[in-house]
Amino acid sequence: MHERRTILPLRTGLLFLGPAALFIGAFILLPFFWIAGVSFTNRSLTGITAANPQFVGLQNYLKLFDLSTFMNPGQFGSSLVITGQFVFWSAIVGQAVLGLVLAWFFYRRTGWVKESVQTLAIVAWIIPDVVVAFAWNAFLDYDGGTLNWLFGLVGIHKVDWLLAMPLLSIILFNAWRGSAFSMLLFSSALGSIPPSYLETADVAGAGPWQRLKDIILPLIRTHIVTDLILITLWTFNTFGPFLLTGGGPAFRTEVVSVLTYRMAFKYFDFGTGSALGMVMMLINLGFALVYLGLLRRQGGSR
Amino acid sequence: MKKRIIALFTLLVLGAIMSPAFSQSLSVICRCVAGGANSNQVAWLKEYVIPEFEKAHAGVSVTLNEFGGTDDALKQQYALDLSVGKGNDVMGFDGFWIPEFASGNLLKPLNAVAGSAVDSWEGWNHIAPGIQSILSYGGEIYGVANGTDVRMIFYRKDILAQAGVANADAWQPTSWADIADAAAKVLAAFPDSAPLQINAGTSMGEATTLQGYYMLLLGTGEEPFMDGKWVVRSQGILDTLNFYREIYVDHAYGSQRVQLINDGRNLSFANFRDGKTAMLVEGDYFYRSVTPAGSEFAVENRDQVMGWAKMPSETPGSGIRGQDFVSASGGTGWVLNPNSANPQLAWEFLAFMNSKAARDVWMTYQPGIPARDDVPVPNNAFLTDTAAALLPLTVSRPNNDFYAKVSEQIQLMTENVVSGQMTPQQAMDAYAAAVTGIVGADATVDLLAR
Repeated sequence: MHERRTILPLRTGLLFLGPAALFIGAFILLPFFWIAGVSFTNRSLTGITAANPQFVGLQNYLKLFDLSTFMNPGQFGSSLVITGQFVFWSAIVGQAVLGLVLAWFFYRRTGWVKESVQTLAIVAWIIPDVVVAFAWNAFLDYDGGTLNWLFGLVGIHKVDWLLAMPLLSIILFNAWRGSAFSMLLFSSALGSIPPSYLETADVAGAGPWQRLKDIILPLIRTHIVTDLILITLWTFNTFGPFLLTGGGPAFRTEVVSVLTYRMAFKYFDFGTGSALGMVMMLINLGFALVYLGLLRRQGGSR
Repeated sequence: MKKRIIALFTLLVLGAIMSPAFSQSLSVICRCVAGGANSNQVAWLKEYVIPEFEKAHAGVSVTLNEFGGTDDALKQQYALDLSVGKGNDVMGFDGFWIPEFASGNLLKPLNAVAGSAVDSWEGWNHIAPGIQSILSYGGEIYGVANGTDVRMIFYRKDILAQAGVANADAWQPTSWADIADAAAKVLAAFPDSAPLQINAGTSMGEATTLQGYYMLLLGTGEEPFMDGKWVVRSQGILDTLNFYREIYVDHAYGSQRVQLINDGRNLSFANFRDGKTAMLVEGDYFYRSVTPAGSEFAVENRDQVMGWAKMPSETPGSGIRGQDFVSASGGTGWVLNPNSANPQLAWEFLAFMNSKAARDVWMTYQPGIPARDDVPVPNNAFLTDTAAALLPLTVSRPNNDFYAKVSEQIQLMTENVVSGQMTPQQAMDAYAAAVTGIVGADATVDLLAR
C-alpha cells in the first residue's frame, strides 16, 4: 500500500485547518450539542425551571408529536403543513420557476428592458429584510396600502390581504424577494450552453418549447438541482414572514421557524424550542440528502 | 492622518476606562416614549425626578432609556438582559411578571439587592400592604408599586343616543344581554361600525386576559385559579367563550379583524376615537393616558361624549362573590436590577421616585390612584368615582408562578373562538390539555366532571 501524495505534510495541513476548526467548534458544534442537550430538559428563561432545569427525557418531543393536538392551529403538525405549502409555492414554484422564466426570457437578448428587470430583481434580493417587510406592509395595508389604492382606481373592492389571504401574501412576498437568486444562477447556466446547439435546433425547425425541453433543461439540470437545494433550505428556515404577519392571524402563517421563535423567545420555553430546532435540523438534513443523492446519480450517469 | 486616528482611539479607550472613576451612573428603563406611550412618565422623570436626584447627588448621572415596543417585547428584553447579568439599574415593571422572574432567580428581593436601607425606608409606612403585594412574591418585596387600577366599560354617549339606546347619558347595563342589546342597536343604526370591543386574541397579550377574558369570566362567578387549583373546564369558561362567539362570529358586534391583526389594540383605540366603536372594556389607564386632549387617541369633546359604566355580571348576582358588577385590577411599579453596579445608589433613586415630594409632583403630570396614603387623591371626579365604585368589587390576578403561562393559553383559547376556527367546547378542551401540561394534572380541576 503506498501513501497518497498530498500538497502539504499532514502536520502543516492540520495547522492550517486549526483556526477554521476552532471557529466551527465554538460557534456551530458547541451550540449544536448544547441545544441537543437542552431539548431533553424543561429549561426555561423565567420561572422555577430557569433556576433548576430538570431532565425530562423525550417529553418535549412527545409533546410536539402528540397526535391528539398535532393538527390544531399553532401546533407542530399544522405549522409543518403551512411550511410545506409556503416552501412549495414560494420557493419551488415562485422563485425557481419565475427565476427560470426570467432567465430564459432574457437569454441572448440585450437592451434596457433586460437591464432594468434584472436590476429590479436583484434590488429586491439585496435590500435588508426589515426594510422589505416595511415596504410590503405599506403595499398590502388595508386602509392606506398601495395595492388597495390601485384596486380602487379600477373599481375593485378593497381586500384585507394580511387578514383574508395571509398565506398567499407571504408566498408572494417570498417569491418576489428571492427570485433574483434563481434568475442569476439560471442566467449563468444558460450562458454556458454552446450557441451552436440552439442554432442547429433552429435549423432543424424546433420550436421554443422543444428547445427548452430537449436542449436547455437537460443541459442545466445540475444547476436546477443546486438551486432547489439552496432555496428549499433557505425558505424552510426563513424568518421573513414574521415581519409581515407575526405568524398570525390565528397562526395561519406560522411557519416552523416562527413557531420555534414563539416557543423559545415568547413563551421562554427553551426545552420545547430546542426540540423544535432539532426536528427542523433533521428535516433539513433529509432534504439535503435527497438532493445530494439526485446530484450524485446525475453525475454518475454522465 | 493615521496618527490622528490612533490618538483619537487612545483617547476614547482611556475615556471609557477612566470615566467610572470620576462619576457614578445609573440607568432607568420604562415602556415610555416622549410623545408616545406613557409620555407623562418621561416628562415627570426628565423634568423633575432625574434633575432633582442629580442635584442632590453630585457626580451622579442618570440616563432614561425610553422603550417604545409592546409590553411583551419589554418583558422579553428584561428576561434576556437579566439572564445574562445585564440590564438597566432601575426597571419599570408590571406586577404580574414578578412571580416568574422571582422564581427564576432573575430578580432578587429589594433588601437582598440594596441591603438594610430598604427595610428602614419611611415609605413602607405609607403604602398599604395590599398595594405592596402588587410587586411581591413569596412574602418578599421585589419593587415599589405606582398604584393600582380598575377596569370598566367606556362608552360613547353620542353614538348610543343616536342608535336609540335608552338612557344613553347614564347608561348602565345590568347583564351581558344588555350589552349585546345595545351593540345590536348600534350595529343596526351604523352597519359599518364595530360597536363592542372586548379584547381577545394573542396579539393583545395581557390586555386580552385582564381586560377581556377576566372581565367576562368574573361575571360568571369564576376565576381562572380557585382554591389553589387551575380551573380547566367549567360552565363559566363555556359561557365566556360563547359570549365571545356571539360578539365576533355570530353577529359581528365587534371587529374580528381588530382582535387578530398585529396592531389591534391601537386600532381599537382609534375606532373608539372615531366613533366606530361605542363600547370598550379597558382600565382607567384608557381615561388617564390614552384619550386625554393632545394624545394620539384623544376623544373630541371627551367630557360630553365619553362615559363609563360598571361591567355587569352575566346576569344580576351571577358574578364573583355573588356580585352584580365586576372589575379586575393590576398594577405597575419599579424594581431594582440585582446585577446593578451601584445597588445602593439605585435604591436611593427608587426611594426618591417614591417619596412624597416626587409623587405629589407625579399627580400633577398624571392623576391616578396613588400608592402612598400621604399623597392626596387628586380632585378628579372620574378617579374618585371609579375608585369608590370599583375598588370594593375588584379582583387581582393570582400571585402564582404559572400565571403568565396560563394567561398565554387563555389568549390562545379566545383567539381560537373569535377567529371561528374552533367551537367554544373545542377551544376549552384544547385549553384544558395545554394547561394540564403546564401546571400538572394535580394542580387542575374540572368543574364539569362533577
